[in-house]
Amino acid sequence: MTLNLKRNWPVATLFGLLALGMVLPLATGQSAPGFYIEVLLGGLMAGVLYSLVALGFVLIFKASGVFNFAQGAMVLFAALALARMSEVMPLPVAFGLAILIMIVFAWLVERLVLRHLVNQEGVVLLMATLGITYFLDGFGQTVWGSDIYRIDLGLPKEPMIVGQATFEGGILIGQHDLFAAMIAALLVMCLAVFFQKTPTGRALRAVADDHQAAQSIGIPLNRIWVIVWSVAGFVALVAGMIWGAKLGVQFSLQLIALKALPVVILGGLTSVPGAIIAGLIIGVGEKFAEVFLAPVLSSQFGLAGGGIEYWFAYVLALLFLLVRPEGLFGEKHIDRV
Amino acid sequence: MNGRKIGGVILQVEGISLAFGGVKALSDVSFDVREHELRAIIGPNGAGKSSMLNCINGVYTPQQGRITLHGRSFSEMTPHRAAEMGIARTFQSLALFRGMSVLDNMMAGRNLRMKSNLLLQALRLGPAEREEIEHRAFVEKIIDFLEIQAYRKTPVGRLPYGLQKRVDLGRALAMEPTVLLLDEPMAGMNTEEKQDMCRFILDVNDEFGTTIVLIEHDMGVVMDISDRVVVLDYGKKIGDGTPDQVRASPEVISAYLGVAH
Repeated sequence: MTLNLKRNWPVATLFGLLALGMVLPLATGQSAPGFYIEVLLGGLMAGVLYSLVALGFVLIFKASGVFNFAQGAMVLFAALALARMSEVMPLPVAFGLAILIMIVFAWLVERLVLRHLVNQEGVVLLMATLGITYFLDGFGQTVWGSDIYRIDLGLPKEPMIVGQATFEGGILIGQHDLFAAMIAALLVMCLAVFFQKTPTGRALRAVADDHQAAQSIGIPLNRIWVIVWSVAGFVALVAGMIWGAKLGVQFSLQLIALKALPVVILGGLTSVPGAIIAGLIIGVGEKFAEVFLAPVLSSQFGLAGGGIEYWFAYVLALLFLLVRPEGLFGEKHIDRV
Repeated sequence: MNGRKIGGVILQVEGISLAFGGVKALSDVSFDVREHELRAIIGPNGAGKSSMLNCINGVYTPQQGRITLHGRSFSEMTPHRAAEMGIARTFQSLALFRGMSVLDNMMAGRNLRMKSNLLLQALRLGPAEREEIEHRAFVEKIIDFLEIQAYRKTPVGRLPYGLQKRVDLGRALAMEPTVLLLDEPMAGMNTEEKQDMCRFILDVNDEFGTTIVLIEHDMGVVMDISDRVVVLDYGKKIGDGTPDQVRASPEVISAYLGVAH
């Protein structure tokens, strides 16, 4: 991203407003510092999970140019598989088996769908993934059932309280949230190493940059797609495990994919760091809007004030589309005509 | 002429016809390429030169005809098989991995020669590490050869056009090809860049003994460096022979200069 303020003033303005929104609650004394930090941390942790789902989108889009609508359904399916299998076997074994299932799924998608749609229009591929979405939803219920299932990670439920000396009442941190954030960070680091440092990662980046050239040097597109969908399946499994352990594995899990869409728009469809940073921005942004903006709206304008969490991310993404359609770190496409 | 020995036929193209709907890109084109030869395909715009190259490397599947490479015949080639059989190519409109460094672009060219599996790579265990070092050494030789040492770590998208063309050639060379297909390697270059590129092409042919099939617009360049020339016009072969023979052919002259009426 270039830091040319003259050209990027709309983006700068937008971020300026966001930053102002961040500072105001503290500056106006609306919030105590301890509570403020709690909200911030809560937002960051939710953001990490958005990032995880967004990462699934970005991986597949980079390597195959497919906007994979099924990412949310993959999260649900993987979580269902993990939850049901962990009822009859230890969690690590179930986790391993769930990885295998997602790899088989990736292979099937390549075999039955992608291979036959090479070089088709983006819309055709999008529709295909929509089909996969509904299939996975239904098939998941057929195989695993449609109740709410638990995943027990064996973490203590009660939150930790830290920083009592500095802040009144200390800061509450959910141990589960902390664990989730650490897992997500670890996963992101592993992916970065895999993409940047291994020959296979290099081949993946090559395919992402130019299909034709990649083929000409003998990189097999089909195998690359299986690998990418497998990695996306793995990321979906981790996201599903963390969300599922927190909220229970249920149909609404796949709706977090809809939260990941604005993240992807904000960060750029082709950027791994973009997905991570945008996830954090949106996670924190919507928490702040909900906690600090809603009371202002209801006291000043007499509105009910709730529900901001549901639309904040989308409004932000829409504004961003207006000022920087390629996203924070996405590639700008300049075509010679 | 230099000292390299031109051998037997390594690549044979027989009766290739290719049509896109009603547009005939190639009709019944046949020619052969001998080992260590520098073979050119020339022709006016839209003559079917790039289509021909795309057939050889499997991007297009011709409706009719056969391609024989190293004595093995194919009615249908795929890019992957072509690469495995030692065909490398460059592209007319650059098709580099723009976001990757020069070094990574070339290392990607070694892809087919990497044998260690994913797990070893991920953990950077002994054999994978050793393999990576060997490939790196090979790629460094090509970087020296093409005189682009200074740009090793630069993302390719930021290099000037002439250098990008060189990287494209380098990536193809990293595959250690037996047959190298060059699609207008000098298009859009200034005189100096053209001279450099000519020198590299001749050196590759001479030092590595690589068989080269070259498409070019610039008649002067082609006539200077190639051993034999195929001339295409409107998808048909209208000439085939040494540069002198081709230059003297009335059909070729009329295709390039028009006929007096």
